[in-house]
Amino acid sequence: MPIRKSIVLEFLMLGALLGITENAHCIPAFARKYGLPCSACHEAWPMLNNFGQTFKDNGYQLGNGRDAPIYQDPGYWPIMFRTTPFWHRENNNRQGVDSIPGSAASGLIERNVTTSGFDLGGVDFIAAGTLYKNISVFVQPFIGNSSVTLSQAWARLDNLAGSRWLNLKMGKFELDEPISQERSLLLNNTGALYYNYFFNPPGDRNLFGGIGLPQLGIEVSGHSANDYTRYSVAMVSSNSGATGLPTNQTYDVYANVNQAFEVPRLGMQQVGVYAYWGQSPTYFQTAGGTPLPGTGTGNESFYRVGAYGHWFVKRFDFYTFYLHGYDNVFLGNGVPANQASTLPVGALAPVWNGGFVEGHYNPTPRWVFISKYELTRMSRQANPLLPPKLGNLDTWTVGYRWYPIMSTRAGLAWTQEYSHIANVGAAPVSHLDEIRDSYLMGFDFDF
Amino acid sequence: MSNKSGLIRRVAISILIAWNVAGYAQESHVGNLVGNARRGKALYQRYCIFCHGQYGDGRGESAAYLDPKPRDFTKAAFKCRSTPSGSLPLDSDLYDTITRGIHASGMPSWKPLLRQERADLVAYVKTFSPSFQEERPGAPVEIPPEPPPSTESIQRGSELFQSMNCWSCHGKDGRGNGPSAVSLTDSKGNPIKPFDFTSGPTFKCGNTDRDMYRDLVTGLDGTPMPSFASATTADQRWDLVHYIRTLSTANRSGHILQVKGR
Repeated sequence: MPIRKSIVLEFLMLGALLGITENAHCIPAFARKYGLPCSACHEAWPMLNNFGQTFKDNGYQLGNGRDAPIYQDPGYWPIMFRTTPFWHRENNNRQGVDSIPGSAASGLIERNVTTSGFDLGGVDFIAAGTLYKNISVFVQPFIGNSSVTLSQAWARLDNLAGSRWLNLKMGKFELDEPISQERSLLLNNTGALYYNYFFNPPGDRNLFGGIGLPQLGIEVSGHSANDYTRYSVAMVSSNSGATGLPTNQTYDVYANVNQAFEVPRLGMQQVGVYAYWGQSPTYFQTAGGTPLPGTGTGNESFYRVGAYGHWFVKRFDFYTFYLHGYDNVFLGNGVPANQASTLPVGALAPVWNGGFVEGHYNPTPRWVFISKYELTRMSRQANPLLPPKLGNLDTWTVGYRWYPIMSTRAGLAWTQEYSHIANVGAAPVSHLDEIRDSYLMGFDFDF
Repeated sequence: MSNKSGLIRRVAISILIAWNVAGYAQESHVGNLVGNARRGKALYQRYCIFCHGQYGDGRGESAAYLDPKPRDFTKAAFKCRSTPSGSLPLDSDLYDTITRGIHASGMPSWKPLLRQERADLVAYVKTFSPSFQEERPGAPVEIPPEPPPSTESIQRGSELFQSMNCWSCHGKDGRGNGPSAVSLTDSKGNPIKPFDFTSGPTFKCGNTDRDMYRDLVTGLDGTPMPSFASATTADQRWDLVHYIRTLSTANRSGHILQVKGR
């Protein structure tokens, strides 16, 4: 009964809020520019549909002869804000804590730790659009709780030589990932990440942060008129997107190709393959023992390759994603490449596989129900003494997003999510499985 | 009691039939695709409603900011058709418009949507006007083979452009700045600008010579652009097409420019 009451109360509060915000018109940049609602480009924002992906691939142009800024009212300002106030609860069943709080010498023990409260996810600013016909730009500063970072900043020359198959981008940008990390529908600490994008095996010292991070470099890309066929090839600095060349002077390469096709009575189906090949330093030049930024050397290679699909069954859709990862033996064991003798006996290059399935049910543009299951499995540990399953990971999430306000001026979503992750052998003392749970409810809005 | 429930049942069935006949049973036929209005409605609400409005009357939330104004589907007057002026378009005409978009307007190309989805949208758009229930579309206009472009053809087209007063709206040099341009309105009284032929090789209803020829025959219903079907011969229309092509400064690869420069 109390639960039922709380649900009723929650909906009443939402209703009251909607009454208040019904006339609150805000202005997401592209919706305002073209007079289109969020739902035109997003299956459920921020996740793009094929129309939105085409718009993005066209350099944020609709191609209707109204893309250049000269057609806009001088008062138009291509900027958008997004923030997410929420309440969340986090639980870790084997959190390492000092046995006497405040005393590091007291020894680490494991406790079940729960935290909860109201919180804020920071603020994204996105300024994007066209400087001129076929010249597009994107700048995304992010204000976190204690820092400001430039998540992305790039310029793109679109439709070079009059062909949509040739576009050149330079700057800091999100790789053309199979499923965009930046556009995850989930917000909670545990479920919002695509772990496979960031996974490093136990003991691994690869400085590469993962294909889920925006990278610094150039990208050549192209696509068909309906975006059913797409490709992108990027060459990026081996600094994992960090500015100031902090680690390395080498370059990594990423490529992604996908093809979509129509299946009658089901919808669009898409398949693709991707690969990232890179190098990471194993040691640095030092001064007084301190590594000098940008002098990384003893570079060793790694790669991530895989395939993926996006499948529609009417209003259901689901992503399937597979990744195969490999790190060189020196990276996997955290040993400088000039100190081969210090490698553990029988050391090998770590290899792992992973993947996820993420499903959405989108009955109307205002509702989306989300579920995700993700796993990683170590196939070969870098150090043969490590337990074979150490680092394996299983996580699942369920949630929904409701979009009570979706106009050409603003978007507001109410979201509830629950995520669960089990990380094999990650408990710091017992080396048993660490299990974390995360619940989040809150607003996600942009204007 | 049973009489009452029987009456309720009959009324319910009647409403259901009427509902189906009047709207949701509306179909479109484009090639081998059969569009369904019920599915089209969901798509319309996702993609179209903010410009064309809930009732298809062109009074969506964004309409006030758009120039030209979104089409009012309740009038069943469509710019881009293959049928004579004043007649209903073919389903394929509406499908092509959704696919291609309308250049120099707020209407983008919806080609990224599935073919079935576009056919479903056509079916739903047709539910906004009873004309689609009461009338049949006109017969498609005939487009004869295009004669080879030549300087003579362009010259004749130029003379026609003057003698038929095309320039009074589109301007002497085709920039859409003729003396009548400022006073033109669409069929709903909204100001409307003549097309600027120098803006590039793409026109409102397509970018091929056949598209231009067809527009001269059908006119653009709901706009001041009339049909020239009776005022010109087929050869004259091709002459006009060839001349108008030369006005397009962005036409880099077209044969017409080569002819012009000869």
